[in-house]
Amino acid sequence: MSAAATYDLGKLHGGLRLPAEKSVATAGQILRAPIPDQLVLPLTQHVGNPSQPIVSIGEYVLKGQLIADTDGSLGAPVHASSSGKIIAIEPWPVSRRYGDTAPCIIIECDGQDQAIETSEIIVDYTRLDPDSLLQKILQGGIVGLGGAVFPTAQKLMQAVTAPLDYLILNGVECEPYISCDDMLMREYAHDVLCGAQILMHALGLPHCQVAVESDKPQALIALGEALGEMDDKRIVLKQVPTIYPSGGEDQLVQLVTNKEVPTGGLPTDVGCVVQNVATAAAINRWVSHGEPLICRVTTVTGEGVVKPVNVLVRLGTTVADIITLAGGYTDQANQLVIGGPMTGKSVSTDRVPLVKATNCVLVLVDAIGEANAKPCIRCGECAEVCPIQLLPQQLYWFSCADNEAKLREFGLTDCIECGCCDLVCPSHIALTSDFRMAKGRMRELADEKARAKRARQRFETRNLRVLLEQEQRDEELAAQKETAREIGPEAIRAIVARARKKPAGDQDEDK
Amino acid sequence: MEFERRDAPFVTPATNVPAIMREVLYALIPATLAYVWYFGPGLILNFMVAALFCVAGEAAMLRARGRSVEAGLADCSALVTAALIAFALPALMPWWVTATAALFAVVVAKHLYGGLGFNIFNPAMAGYVVVMIAFPLHLNLWAAPDMGDLDYHYLTLLETARYTLTGTFPDYLSFDAISRATPLDTVKAGLRDLRTFEEIRVNPLMGDFGGRGWEWIGNFTAVGGAWLLIRKIIRWQIPLAVLTGLLLPSGIAYFLEPSIHASPSFYLFSGGTMLCAFFIATDPVSAATSNKGRLIYGLGVGFLIYAIRRWGSYADGVAFAILLMNMAVPAIDYLTKPHIVGHAKTPGKSQ
Ligand code: SF4
Ligand code: SF4
Repeated sequence: MSAAATYDLGKLHGGLRLPAEKSVATAGQILRAPIPDQLVLPLTQHVGNPSQPIVSIGEYVLKGQLIADTDGSLGAPVHASSSGKIIAIEPWPVSRRYGDTAPCIIIECDGQDQAIETSEIIVDYTRLDPDSLLQKILQGGIVGLGGAVFPTAQKLMQAVTAPLDYLILNGVECEPYISCDDMLMREYAHDVLCGAQILMHALGLPHCQVAVESDKPQALIALGEALGEMDDKRIVLKQVPTIYPSGGEDQLVQLVTNKEVPTGGLPTDVGCVVQNVATAAAINRWVSHGEPLICRVTTVTGEGVVKPVNVLVRLGTTVADIITLAGGYTDQANQLVIGGPMTGKSVSTDRVPLVKATNCVLVLVDAIGEANAKPCIRCGECAEVCPIQLLPQQLYWFSCADNEAKLREFGLTDCIECGCCDLVCPSHIALTSDFRMAKGRMRELADEKARAKRARQRFETRNLRVLLEQEQRDEELAAQKETAREIGPEAIRAIVARARKKPAGDQDEDK
Repeated sequence: MEFERRDAPFVTPATNVPAIMREVLYALIPATLAYVWYFGPGLILNFMVAALFCVAGEAAMLRARGRSVEAGLADCSALVTAALIAFALPALMPWWVTATAALFAVVVAKHLYGGLGFNIFNPAMAGYVVVMIAFPLHLNLWAAPDMGDLDYHYLTLLETARYTLTGTFPDYLSFDAISRATPLDTVKAGLRDLRTFEEIRVNPLMGDFGGRGWEWIGNFTAVGGAWLLIRKIIRWQIPLAVLTGLLLPSGIAYFLEPSIHASPSFYLFSGGTMLCAFFIATDPVSAATSNKGRLIYGLGVGFLIYAIRRWGSYADGVAFAILLMNMAVPAIDYLTKPHIVGHAKTPGKSQ
């Protein structure tokens, strides 16, 4: 039995050992959230273009029914997570980095939870060739559930074009508070490993590594047992040290393979495909059980809720609905974060729905006092912990000076916004936030440059066109002259005479 | 429910600048005790004068520059500067000399360069060098360490205070009666007079492994430094590099020809070596910023101290060594940029 975890690992620079804050939420089992009265399903729950609704208001939909489909470009379809009536397709508050609302399909649930017929959609994937299997995964609406929400099928399609050596399942989950993957591995180890088998088949890879952080012994045991039952020697468990941010995709690749993902590149550039364990489980649910991505495990936690829990929740359930499962807010609750404390996004209202990306709903109690930043004392602590080995203090300096060239030289675009530097800065400088904005400015600038370039190109094309036309005219004129010369003086005289006569004739006509 | 919005991360940093500066001040307590033990209460008086003028200068400059005076003073960095100035100066010092050093440090070296975080030079050392040039006589007045066996008059607290305030000694004492050569001076002069180090060591001012008294101040300073290392206020790179930079050349010279060179331990345990290694060179603002850069910076400081003590005209070289290396910091930082993960390893190839 290949159940034991192995240890040979590469090294990561810096990182932080953070207090886990996970034990409360992992004390019990995964709760199953009840069907809410209303589901709010954003059309964009993934990286890429919004999906297009294919249902109309008033229509009755079944659980698992396709309600919005991709337009063929990068994206993922959306399915109804319970049965009921479509009552609106309208903007609704969501958790995103830019903008506060997004178009959503709103379903009024009938409480029946009636599902579509699945017998036709379940396939024996081993009989499918990899391409058809990828197409199949595409239809399941599956996206990376670790938080990146890149459409899984398209990520895999991209990956198979490169020579691959590794398939890594990411069960690291290194951010404090979040424990949904831990609980998923404990309770759905079989789904995770079956998902790994499907992925191996789709990618044509003969082995798979499942990386789990060392602070999740129970998950490791559960996976080990399931693996023992399945007796699949191709799958190997790897224990990685508990250091934030070892669960970042590129960081995990570095840990498992000791290879650095090149700047601006993808893990596939060093022969790796990384998939979150929850994604693997979702793939199995879809391929082997006909259940598209309509629910996920989410951690509801923080000092701002009474009883932190992990819940299996239908996508589209709002935060407000789910908070009650955690015993409601405590009196001190004053900050709502979707995601973890290091990289999550704070939202202003609990009306936002839980979506494919929502691995954690974090309610915090003490909003940290308004940024009272002191000047940088160049202590270098930030550089010490930066997993990318950047010099945040220098980046900060250049970002204050708005020196784009230096920012590039010092690797701003390589910053993964992990937040490590913020946490150790004695001057309490909001470095990560600053870098986020600097990146934004850089992108804007790049856009502007691109626009300017396009404008210049258009201008130059126009000039060229004018020039060409002019040349053409000149040539025609020359040609005419040539003809005129060829026909000789008489003919010219004849033409001139004709021309002289003509105005007179015109005048005649005018009269 | 509605909530306020903020930007990630949502975790309060564990440390802050005032806490760091306070730790540095606490870490100086052992050295202070040793210093007062051997050289009397002058250090405390000097610290009070320096603190007064550092804080006043800082407040005035903060106001002039339109910054929050409270927030600026709260970081305690002016007090650290004051403490380092007090440690650098001889224990007997008229107040105006100390005040000059303090004001130059804070007003010119710190705030005219942009304030905390922007100063190129270590403010305390800049202030010290200015008074060293402006008041050479006062800066040479080192008393003998109180070892209990030297035939020497030690000033009482009152007499010390009087000297601090007025710059005059009690009538029955003269400058020369008080002034003693420091061990560094003794060795330098002795070696120049072609005596061997063993011969020089017979001098009652010389101790077991450094200068008498000085060696114990050095030990206690190192204890404070160790505390800073344990508390992770400073990292090991700079102290180790400074000591290595001093130990290597002195060790080699002593190994090759022990009679005409001072022993390496004498270099380490006399003058301001330990203070420099743990408290002065480790000032993050004016030091190199990457770990590799700090090793180079520290080695440079250590070697320059050796060079100045051996060949220079000043007895101790700490202040000049620091200021010279401060100037080299931009170059060091430029040359020691760490390899960014995911970039080509050979410099220049990374995009
Ligand atoms: S941790 Fe903060 S104060 Fe220290 S070097 Fe980095 S940015 Fe500057
Ligand atoms: S946020 Fe960026 S600069 Fe800061 S530690 Fe993380 S990767 Fe480094």
